[in-house]
Amino acid sequence: MKNNELETKNELQDESLFNGSLGRRSFLQYAGASAAALALVAAGCRKDRNFGDISGGATLDFKDDFGVLNYAYALEQLEAAFYIQVASNPPSAFSATQKAYFQDVQFHEIAHRELFKKALGTAAIGSLEVNFSAINFSDAASVLATAKTFEDLGVSAYNGAGVRLKDAKYLVLAGQIVSVEARHAAYVRDQISNGSFADLGSLSAFGAVDANGLDASLTPDKVLPLAAPFIKTKINVINL
Amino acid sequence: MNILNILDEIEKVDGEIYERLNPRRAAMRSFFNVGKKISLAALPLALGSMFQKAYGQTNPSSVVEVLNFALALEHLEYNYYNRALSTTGLIPSGAATTAITTIRTHELAHVNLLKSAISAAGGTPINLVEANFDFTADGTFGDVFTNYQTFLKVATAFEDTGVRAYKGQAPVLKEMPVLTTALQIHSVEARHAAHLRQMTAAALGVALKPWVSLGANGVSNDTGIPQVDAVYVRENNTIQATYEITGINGTAVTKTAAAESFDEFLTGAEVKNIANLFIRTGFKLT
Repeated sequence: MKNNELETKNELQDESLFNGSLGRRSFLQYAGASAAALALVAAGCRKDRNFGDISGGATLDFKDDFGVLNYAYALEQLEAAFYIQVASNPPSAFSATQKAYFQDVQFHEIAHRELFKKALGTAAIGSLEVNFSAINFSDAASVLATAKTFEDLGVSAYNGAGVRLKDAKYLVLAGQIVSVEARHAAYVRDQISNGSFADLGSLSAFGAVDANGLDASLTPDKVLPLAAPFIKTKINVINL
Repeated sequence: MNILNILDEIEKVDGEIYERLNPRRAAMRSFFNVGKKISLAALPLALGSMFQKAYGQTNPSSVVEVLNFALALEHLEYNYYNRALSTTGLIPSGAATTAITTIRTHELAHVNLLKSAISAAGGTPINLVEANFDFTADGTFGDVFTNYQTFLKVATAFEDTGVRAYKGQAPVLKEMPVLTTALQIHSVEARHAAHLRQMTAAALGVALKPWVSLGANGVSNDTGIPQVDAVYVRENNTIQATYEITGINGTAVTKTAAAESFDEFLTGAEVKNIANLFIRTGFKLT
C-alpha cells in the first residue's frame, strides 16, 4: 500500500516534468480524492501481477510496461551480480582508478536494480541465479571483455525496448539509465583499447549502424539469447 | 492568486482553453470546483503542468520540431569539431585527433540522417553553417580554438548537453519507430561524453569521471567549470520515480553513486538557452 501511494504522488510531479497529458488518475488527485482511495485504485491495477515464484523460472510478460521494466530488472540483476563480484575481488592487474571505477559501476548497477525492484513492487520477478563459470575474475582481460559485452548489450537492450514503453515517465527513466550504461560501455572499451569508446562498426551484431552514427539496438527476443549463457534461472517470455 | 480568474481571462482571448487543457470539459470544470482543495504551494506546479500541455508541442508537427531541434544541436557539434580539426596545432596528433575525428564523423552522420528523416516527414530541415556559430560564446570561451583545454571543456559541455537534450524529447516520440533512432543517437552522444570527459581529465589533470558525478559540496556541476553550470542543472538529483536512491532498499549506494547512476534530462527550452549562447543573432533557436 505504501509504495502505491508514493507512486501515485509521483505522477503528480511527473505530469509537469514530462509534459504529459492530464490523465484520469492524475485528475483524480487534483480533484482531491483521498489517498486511501487512490491506493485502492492503484492496487486494483496490480492484480495478478505477481510472477515472483522463481523456482519455476521468471516470466517476462511484455503485454505492458511492467514486462519491459522486468526485462530491464533482469538485465540489471545480471550486471549488478557481475560487478559486485569484480569489485569485491578485482583482478590484480587493475589500476587504482580501474578498481575505483568498477566500484562506482557496481553501485550504479545496484541502484538501477533496486529502483526497478522498488518501482515494480509486487509485480517484480524474483532474484535471478547467474552463471559466471565462463568468466575468469582474476584475469583483467576476461573481466573487461565481459564488462564490454554486458554494457554494449545493455545499451542495445534499452535502445531496442524503449519504443515498447507506453508511459512517458518510464521512457524517460529508461533514457536516464541507458546513457549511464553507454558511459560505462565507452569507459570499459577505452580500457581495452583507447579510442574504441564508440566503435560502432564493431557493434553491428548488436544492431549498430556505423554509417548513420547509430548505436546498438536489439529487440528483447535478440537480447535474451545473448544474455542466457550468464543466467541459470529459466526466463519465460510471453506477449512479445 | 485566483485560478478561476486567470482561466476566465484566458478564455476571453482563447475560447478553447478548456479544450486545450483537456477535451473533457466537464472534468476540467470539476477541477476548478475543487481548486480550493489544492494547497497554495501546489498551485503553480499544477498550473504549469496544465499550460505546458495546452500550449506545448502537442500538434502533429511536433515530431518534426523535435527532429529539427536535434538537427540544430548536431549542426553545432559537427561544426565545432570540424573547425577544431581544421585548426592547425589545436588538437594533438595521435589518439586525440583520432578520437575527435571519430566523433566528428558521427555528428555528420547524425546531421545527414536527421535531414533525411525531417524531409521524409514533410518538414524542412534547419540549416546552420559554421558562420552562424560563435563558439567563444561571446568571449566566454575566447581561446576555444587556441587552447586545447578550453576546446575540451566546451566539447564535454556540448556532449553532456546533447545526452540530456535527446532524453528530454523522448516522450514526444513515444511509441514511434523514430524514437529508436533518437535513442541510438542519444547513447552515441553518451559514449562521446564519456570519452571527452576522460580526455578533459587527462589534459587538465582533474578527476573528472566518465559519468556525471556529484559536484564539490553536492553541487550539480561536477566539472568545476562555472561557465557551464547550466549544462548540469539537477544532475545532483538523487530521487528517481519518487524513490531516494541513496541507500535504496538498505544498500550501500552513496549519495554520489545515486547522482551518478541516472543522467537527468533537460527541457527543450533549457537546451535552446545553452545552444543559443553559441549561435549568432539572427540564427538563434526559438
